[in-house]
Amino acid sequence: MSDKILTNREPLRSGLDLEAMHRPRARNGRAPDPHVPGGWFPMREHREDEAVDFAIVGTGAGGGVLAARLAEMGFSVVAFDAGPYFRPLEDFASDETAQSQLFWTDRRVTDGENPLKLGSNNSGKAVGGSTVHYAMVALRQRPESFRSRTKQGFGADWPVDWREMWHYYAEAEEALKISGPISYPWGPSRPRYPYRQHDLNAAALTLAKGAEKLGIKWTETPLATLSAPRGKSPPCVYRGFCRVGCSTNAKQSMLVTFIPRAIKAGAEVRDLAMVGRIETDKQGLATGLHYHRDGAWRFQRARNVVVAGYAIETPRLLLNSASDRHRHGLANSSGLVGKYLMTQSNVAVWGEMDEEVRWNKGPPSLAITEHWNYDDSKDFFGGYIHMSQGPLPVEWASVHTGARGLWGKALQDEMAKYNHMVGLKMVGEMMPQERNTVTLADEEDQYGLKVARVTYSWCDNDKAMIEHSLDFMGRQLEASGARNVWRQPDDTNHLAGTARMGDNRRTSVVDTNCRSWDVPNLFVCDGSVFPTTGGVNPSLTIQALALRTADRIQALARRGEL
Amino acid sequence: MTDGLPRYPDYDVLRKRNTVSWNDPTRTAIDRRLAVDRDPHTLTEGEFATLQAICDRVVPQEQGPDLVPIAAYVDQELTLDLSLGYRYAGLPPAKEAWHRAIAALDAESVKAFDAPFVAVDAARRDTLLTRMQKGELKDPAWGDMAPDLFFKQHVLVDIVAAYYAHPTAWSRIGYGGPASPRGYVRMGFGMRDPWEAAEAHPGEEAKAARKNRNV
Ligand SMILES: Cc1cc2nc3c(=O)[nH]c(=O)nc-3n(C[C@H](O)[C@H](O)[C@H](O)COP(=O)(O)OP(=O)(O)OC[C@H]3O[C@@H](n4cnc5c(N)ncnc54)[C@H](O)[C@@H]3O)c2cc1C
Ligand code: SF4
Repeated sequence: MSDKILTNREPLRSGLDLEAMHRPRARNGRAPDPHVPGGWFPMREHREDEAVDFAIVGTGAGGGVLAARLAEMGFSVVAFDAGPYFRPLEDFASDETAQSQLFWTDRRVTDGENPLKLGSNNSGKAVGGSTVHYAMVALRQRPESFRSRTKQGFGADWPVDWREMWHYYAEAEEALKISGPISYPWGPSRPRYPYRQHDLNAAALTLAKGAEKLGIKWTETPLATLSAPRGKSPPCVYRGFCRVGCSTNAKQSMLVTFIPRAIKAGAEVRDLAMVGRIETDKQGLATGLHYHRDGAWRFQRARNVVVAGYAIETPRLLLNSASDRHRHGLANSSGLVGKYLMTQSNVAVWGEMDEEVRWNKGPPSLAITEHWNYDDSKDFFGGYIHMSQGPLPVEWASVHTGARGLWGKALQDEMAKYNHMVGLKMVGEMMPQERNTVTLADEEDQYGLKVARVTYSWCDNDKAMIEHSLDFMGRQLEASGARNVWRQPDDTNHLAGTARMGDNRRTSVVDTNCRSWDVPNLFVCDGSVFPTTGGVNPSLTIQALALRTADRIQALARRGEL
Repeated sequence: MTDGLPRYPDYDVLRKRNTVSWNDPTRTAIDRRLAVDRDPHTLTEGEFATLQAICDRVVPQEQGPDLVPIAAYVDQELTLDLSLGYRYAGLPPAKEAWHRAIAALDAESVKAFDAPFVAVDAARRDTLLTRMQKGELKDPAWGDMAPDLFFKQHVLVDIVAAYYAHPTAWSRIGYGGPASPRGYVRMGFGMRDPWEAAEAHPGEEAKAARKNRNV
């Protein structure tokens, strides 16, 4: 770690020179109220030299939920995030390029046979984490997904019973007021969603039509954006900019839900606070963390540390925290920190309709089918969902350049069809492979910390699943009346793995309580603990797991085992 | 409409600037985008001219007041040293990659056509760019950087993203542009909110143009 004063990168691309990106906002006993321009909440502050019960690294789907629940249970909590603390109403532009301010764009290197694209499609950097720019699709994993090894013959089992997960799914759905159908067509019965489903746009109607032609079920997508007012949040106005941040606060991100809850319950949030290293003592216990804020390195003492930086930053921080006692990185006696990185396949098919579609209206994925998660007559392991689509122009152009290599007049002619396009995109389960990794590169970031090298290669099963989905989605899109259907065979999105949970300390990094096997006062609470990634988008599972982890920690504390 | 592509006569997304479809941060962001400094800060004048010549082929534009100064945006990104959030192991950082690629492209052009890239005609520029895309260029000036990877990750990303981030491009494809706080109401097939671009169906160009002047 270096001591040089750091300037904050970014602003000008956005053309928005946001104060939030230069100076911490949550301080002096108050934190921004994301619902009120210029508004503040009172915030309890903690001294650095007095150990807090929990220091949490990251405030996204995992860290945000855990900070709120632990504070509500009466623990003292400080949650750190490297990103800014936004008030969407005054800070968010309605523009793809400007909103790149939300992404984690610090230096990273990618390689392998199928190098991952990072940044806009999988890594957020803000109080609220990636949920500030996620697409809000809120799904439960199929029960068998938690026992992939035993029930389905691949990957690894989760050390968690699916019924327990489904209990916490219901709690997470209620906390976020998920809008969804009254009865969901797949899996064991579940309660009706708290809020009613959204209307379908033409892109979603296309999915429905094709599904019915092929005789498979479909439904309105359960989404974490409101279909009716809730407190200070209005219902969704169908702007379609969800993946670059919701400027109306209809989206129930962590920033507008669990973070205010956490602060109200007495947690402190430190924004623009990059954690560089977890400190351990001679016994090998964590004693606190070094973080960078206001141009200087600082130290916060803590009785317990929780890492919730997502599947790249979590292993990077653990590896960067190596010490004499933990030579290969913290919590790494299994050698598995940074291994079994998983992404989800995000390939798509696209086609043209005669009628005007105008797919940019509404959240991007209003209709879904989980058919291939629940149909077991497949020639590959795992499953996938597919959903309707509505990319904005810069992203849409990148599909033509990335998947088809188009430029010149060919590109412009394709782009001219924007308002007539439809698409189907999968989120598919890629296999956990030990060779897919996050390691440290011999290169430093703006804080003087070793950057992550992300190595990824698809396996034969991944390829078989991709081929299956492209074939099926292509037939479905044609059945819906689309012309000139073509494939985008290369996209990936969500991340998981790299600090997997398990029943055995030799084959996992954390136990069923998400507690490190090696360092008993260190926990991991984010997508990195997934042993398998399942065939659905991950955030609801991360949130449910965080709710469960909070209850587990409370139980450990009551038994005096913390 | 000889090519069958949709047209949106007289549609200009900037007409919505002062409506409820644009909030203040959006106005700030787009105003600054339109006011981009047109002179290079990172590339030399010579490199910048080559970059402009590349942009002209990757996104051909008609001369006129609406011309998008694509090269200026690319140079601005390099000056600000912005990253996408990842870099392929085979590519140097963006600035160095562009310096090297421009030099290499000129060397290739001289070798093939006896003149630098800016001095050859459009067909020859396309030939060179196509060979870059296919990874067929081999001049030592490329060093260990693969021309096809550079083409895919920079030529097609930096240039195309800069163009489609511009209101001129949005107007051309009939995209609604910024939409906050007012979003949309009518979402079904063939449905248009009165503040969206109207497509000119055959014989109804004037009607569409009238609607487009009133978005
Ligand atoms: C464009 C996009 C669309 C998506 N759509 C969906 C969707 O529709 N449905 C779905 O389920 N999922 C979706 N996801 C994925 C989902 O957002 C993530 O899986 C989820 O947010 C991950 O939760 P997390 O807690 O593990 O990490 P994150 O939510 O990413 O939070 C991690 C936080 O930790 C901070 N951090 C990291 N390292 C440090 C450090 N060293 N010091 C301080 N702070 C640090 C980061 O700044 C970040 O804010 C989407 C993601 C993206 C990017
Ligand atoms: S479509 Fe809805 S959820 Fe998405 S950004 Fe707009 S208001 Fe927010």
